[in-house]
Amino acid sequence: MKTFSSTLKFAALSAALLLGACTHKQEAVNTAPPPAAPPPAPMAAPVTSSIMPGSVQDFKVNVGDTVHFALNQYNIEDNDKGTLSKQAAWLARYPSVRLTVEGHADERGTREYNLALGARRANAVKEALVAQGVAAGRLETVSYGKERPICTESSEDCWSQNRRGVSVIVGGANS
Amino acid sequence: MRKFLLVCALFLAALAPLPAAAALQVDVTQGNAQPLPIAIPDMISADPSQAQLGANIAGVIRADLDRSGLFKSIDPRAFVEHINNINVAPTFASWRAINAQGLVAGQVTLQPDGRLKVEFRLWDVFGESQMLGQQFFTQPENWRRVAHLVSDAIYERITGEKGYFDTRIVFISESGPALKRIKRLAVMDEDGANPIFLTRGDYLVLTPRFNPTAQMIAYMSYIATKPHVYLFDLETGRQEELGNFPNMTFSPRFSPDGNRVALTLENGGNSDIYVMDLRSRAVQRLTTDPAIDSAPSFSPDGRQITFESDRGGTKQIYVMNADGSGQRRISFGAGENGTPVWSPRGDLIAFTKQQGSHFTIGVMRTDGSGERMITNAYHDEGPTWAPNGRVLMFTREASNNRGSQIYSVDVTGRNELRVMTPGDASDPAWSPLIQ
Repeated sequence: MKTFSSTLKFAALSAALLLGACTHKQEAVNTAPPPAAPPPAPMAAPVTSSIMPGSVQDFKVNVGDTVHFALNQYNIEDNDKGTLSKQAAWLARYPSVRLTVEGHADERGTREYNLALGARRANAVKEALVAQGVAAGRLETVSYGKERPICTESSEDCWSQNRRGVSVIVGGANS
Repeated sequence: MRKFLLVCALFLAALAPLPAAAALQVDVTQGNAQPLPIAIPDMISADPSQAQLGANIAGVIRADLDRSGLFKSIDPRAFVEHINNINVAPTFASWRAINAQGLVAGQVTLQPDGRLKVEFRLWDVFGESQMLGQQFFTQPENWRRVAHLVSDAIYERITGEKGYFDTRIVFISESGPALKRIKRLAVMDEDGANPIFLTRGDYLVLTPRFNPTAQMIAYMSYIATKPHVYLFDLETGRQEELGNFPNMTFSPRFSPDGNRVALTLENGGNSDIYVMDLRSRAVQRLTTDPAIDSAPSFSPDGRQITFESDRGGTKQIYVMNADGSGQRRISFGAGENGTPVWSPRGDLIAFTKQQGSHFTIGVMRTDGSGERMITNAYHDEGPTWAPNGRVLMFTREASNNRGSQIYSVDVTGRNELRVMTPGDASDPAWSPLIQ
């Protein structure tokens, strides 16, 4: 049909979003391989290549946007509490930033149950941030159930990466 | 969008006296244990320009009946007699010689007004009697639909059950790699013909379901910031958000009378079941448990709803009255059980059983007894019933996110077949018989 070009655009956009979500997973609870070292900067790069404070990139790289959950669970794990504290502190520093928390599930659940489970997870992240002083009005939630995996293998390693809550900046960041 | 035109059926007078009881019958409760051999020659035509159409219609009827698993159409190359007049009795001996138990002799005629007349007679070859004779008038482009109507008539006459060939499937068409999956709302005929895409794929859509007239689809869409249940009117192409809920709504299903939609509303992380009256738009909350309550499905009399809940610690199947009273768990088998769907016959509930990473389709009686698994693969989920309650479709996902396909299976567990779709597909929902 005539929608092929818009479909391609959609695919490219999704790829960009997913790359963003994958690359900076610093606090994974599982034994995923460590993130690859960044490539050396080209010689001709400008000296001011550091990440702008208060930007989306700053949040992802220096704070961490993702927490992970155990199978069928939605409580915040102890080793993710630090990430959420850093998110809350960063949001206190940049009070115009607004977030949507995405809740995701792995493939081991039926579609409709996983939508409900993803909502529980997104809400758990939201509540943790609110408990640390972030105004609830700055936080939206959305569940993607099992519809947006970042890892495709049917293995515990992949499933643990897919069971996640991702804080996505939707407005108010520096650019 | 709507292209079903009126088809009228008339009964043809029987040519031979009816026997006291027709010998030709199939017991549908046995699945395809012994498919009935049936001969369906290409339909004849006085006008050579209609010959291809006659062959096409017969081909669709053969494919329909073969797909049911209850019939086995005989290869036309084996035929001894050539039918050249459907208004005289065939030479039964020449059909017995190839072991045909039934014979469908048909004819297509283009009428002066441009309509197509399709007439057929179903013969009991061993009983040497006419079992059925009908004619249909329609626009020539509706030839596939007439073929399905003929298939339904034959199926019903021989099995005693309503057919399901003149139905449609609404489903999610999938494309693109696993990490950039594109999902589009689509409909097609029950045999996979005439697929039509209803959305462009620029936003996620899930879990579509037909209303009882097959003109309206309820589905979940991510077109706006918050995902919600929407209605899609096939006649007008119009889409509208169902209700004005502040949070995510999902998992919609129409009541059997089409006047209500049961759905799940998430609020503060908790999911509960609500029902909306489509005329008054009044909303009634049916569950209040702090656990996940989702996936509602009405009984065919509209008085009960089956749903899934993890209030007992694991996801299991429950039943309640349509006003929310009398909630009780019915699944006590192994593993976790969800996506319950009430059979249109009222006798069974189909569901998805989850044991570790293994998902299969099963059926149980509506009190939870008699659990029986009918598929066995890596990941089957989300059953939907044919309107006669004898066949199910479901989504089969390959491991490692290698894609989803739609399969059908007899409620006995026999005759598992892949349903042909344009590319990958998931979330099928069967329409009622088209009126």
